[in-house]
Amino acid sequence: MANREGEHPVHFDELYRELILDHYRSPRNQGDLAKATAAAEGMNPSCGDELRLGIRIADDIVEDVRFVGQGCSISQASSSMMTEQIRGRSLDAVGAIADKIQQMLTVDGFDVDADAVDIGDLEALQGVARFPVRVKCALLAWKVLAQALAEATDREVADDTEIQTRVIQPAKR
Amino acid sequence: MIARPALDLEAIRADFPILNRTVNGHPLVYFDNAATTQKPQAVIDALSNYYQSTNANIHRGLHTLAEEATAAYEGVRHKVGALINAPDPRSVIFTRNTTESLNLLAYSWTQRLRPGDEILLTMMEHHSNLVPWQLLAQRSGARLVFLDVNEAGELDLAQAKERIGPRTKVVAVVQMSNVLGTINPIADLAQLAHRAGAVCIVDGAQSVPHLPVDVQTLDVDFLAFSSHKMLGPTGVGVLYGRRELLEEMGPFLSGGEMISAVTPETATWAALPHKFEAGTPNIADVIAFGAALDYLQTLGLEALRAHAVELTAYAMVRMHELEGLTIYGPSAPERRGSVVSFNYWDIHAHDISTIVDQRGVALRAGHHCAQPLMRTLGVPATARVSFYLYNTPGEVDLFIDALQEAAAIFGHRDGA
Repeated sequence: MANREGEHPVHFDELYRELILDHYRSPRNQGDLAKATAAAEGMNPSCGDELRLGIRIADDIVEDVRFVGQGCSISQASSSMMTEQIRGRSLDAVGAIADKIQQMLTVDGFDVDADAVDIGDLEALQGVARFPVRVKCALLAWKVLAQALAEATDREVADDTEIQTRVIQPAKR
Repeated sequence: MIARPALDLEAIRADFPILNRTVNGHPLVYFDNAATTQKPQAVIDALSNYYQSTNANIHRGLHTLAEEATAAYEGVRHKVGALINAPDPRSVIFTRNTTESLNLLAYSWTQRLRPGDEILLTMMEHHSNLVPWQLLAQRSGARLVFLDVNEAGELDLAQAKERIGPRTKVVAVVQMSNVLGTINPIADLAQLAHRAGAVCIVDGAQSVPHLPVDVQTLDVDFLAFSSHKMLGPTGVGVLYGRRELLEEMGPFLSGGEMISAVTPETATWAALPHKFEAGTPNIADVIAFGAALDYLQTLGLEALRAHAVELTAYAMVRMHELEGLTIYGPSAPERRGSVVSFNYWDIHAHDISTIVDQRGVALRAGHHCAQPLMRTLGVPATARVSFYLYNTPGEVDLFIDALQEAAAIFGHRDGA
């Protein structure tokens, strides 16, 4: 862990990259998704960050995705960037992106460039790994996504002591 | 400029070893005192001295160590009684924390409430003075009634007069809000409660560490607070109760220490206070809490309060100078505790916390265990600074600088 006494102080431009602040100020794909086929919501009870996610899947492709959330810059930017990155992709590709984000945020010394999966703007979240207490902020969106996709992908959602998620009825309209 | 403080801050700070450390390369600025306070060397020493020289189980042993440990433990009960002017030290019960003290009451009240009875709370309660009453309401069929918090962050006594009535059996109110800093009119509320035939229970977790609190002047029936928010160790809470009421109440936890005589089928209860202290208590931490009380009494709670008002006033003036900053709660420092909750531009409280932490400033961000109040304020979270006797105006200046850095990172360059 880098931000501890006696070690080199962390520079904020690693955490608050311009891209993150931009997604925080102008979140993409906000709102409830009409004709969603899957939906889930989640929260970090310790800090109050919340997220609701609606996804429309057809032929194993994420046709559309939208979110409604409130919370810190990291949680909201992660959600916004996630929706941009997964829209139009196959469920397999989405799974690969999600795995890479999880590793990038939680595996010490993970080399983002050595892994071939393209995560686009989401690379901006790399610096969050150096702020252990903020990792859960970035992971909220991905836990909710995993929950929403659990049925379609037949993947189990790992228990999490901090983030609570649940499947909800997709918005009808 | 603010007036020269009555406390010798330099000497006080020298008593707190943790204040010498740095965080992220900066001197620690500890502004999270409403969560827990730091400990002076005297408290740390009392804890280790106890284990080094006195450790024994209390009340039962007949040997010297047991006698010494019992005397030290019971001595702290007297000190706590003196602090809050309890008429009888047997009215002072040691628990684990404020939450457990309030749970003890809510549990013991189960048999006394009937469907249709009312429990009066306020919209500024910490979850610890809300959830136990929610569960009691579910068990008993009683109803929860709430006093609103107005725009100024205060309660309205006229509304209290309307809402405290013949159905009211319990009035449970926080004396000093952990979010707004509001100091509530406890004596008035206790009078209204008693006129209605209800008991008045006070959550003193924030007030007892900061204000002279006299249970007889306020005429309250119960008062709950914690050692760790007033320089003492974690794991020690206090429940003061009016003696007649404690006598009538059944036990909460049961087992060793709290009995008088036991047969295979039945048991009778020990006299107060032991009826409510089942099992081996937290002897070491209670004894170290005594050292914390000595420390506070030496400085004097009046002087502490004066320092808190002065420092809070200074912090509020400096914070008001910043564009984009909103402070919640009463505007007059003398009407509030040394807790200042705020939001700053569009920067989420967690982001503020992370940024100022890199400058060594420890503050709190989130809902502060008061989600209903957050909804009343219309915000998901606030950042909060809270001061204690070792904090200085210079530290407030460092905090303001760190806030300005947060503004700059989020693109509010004219915030500086």
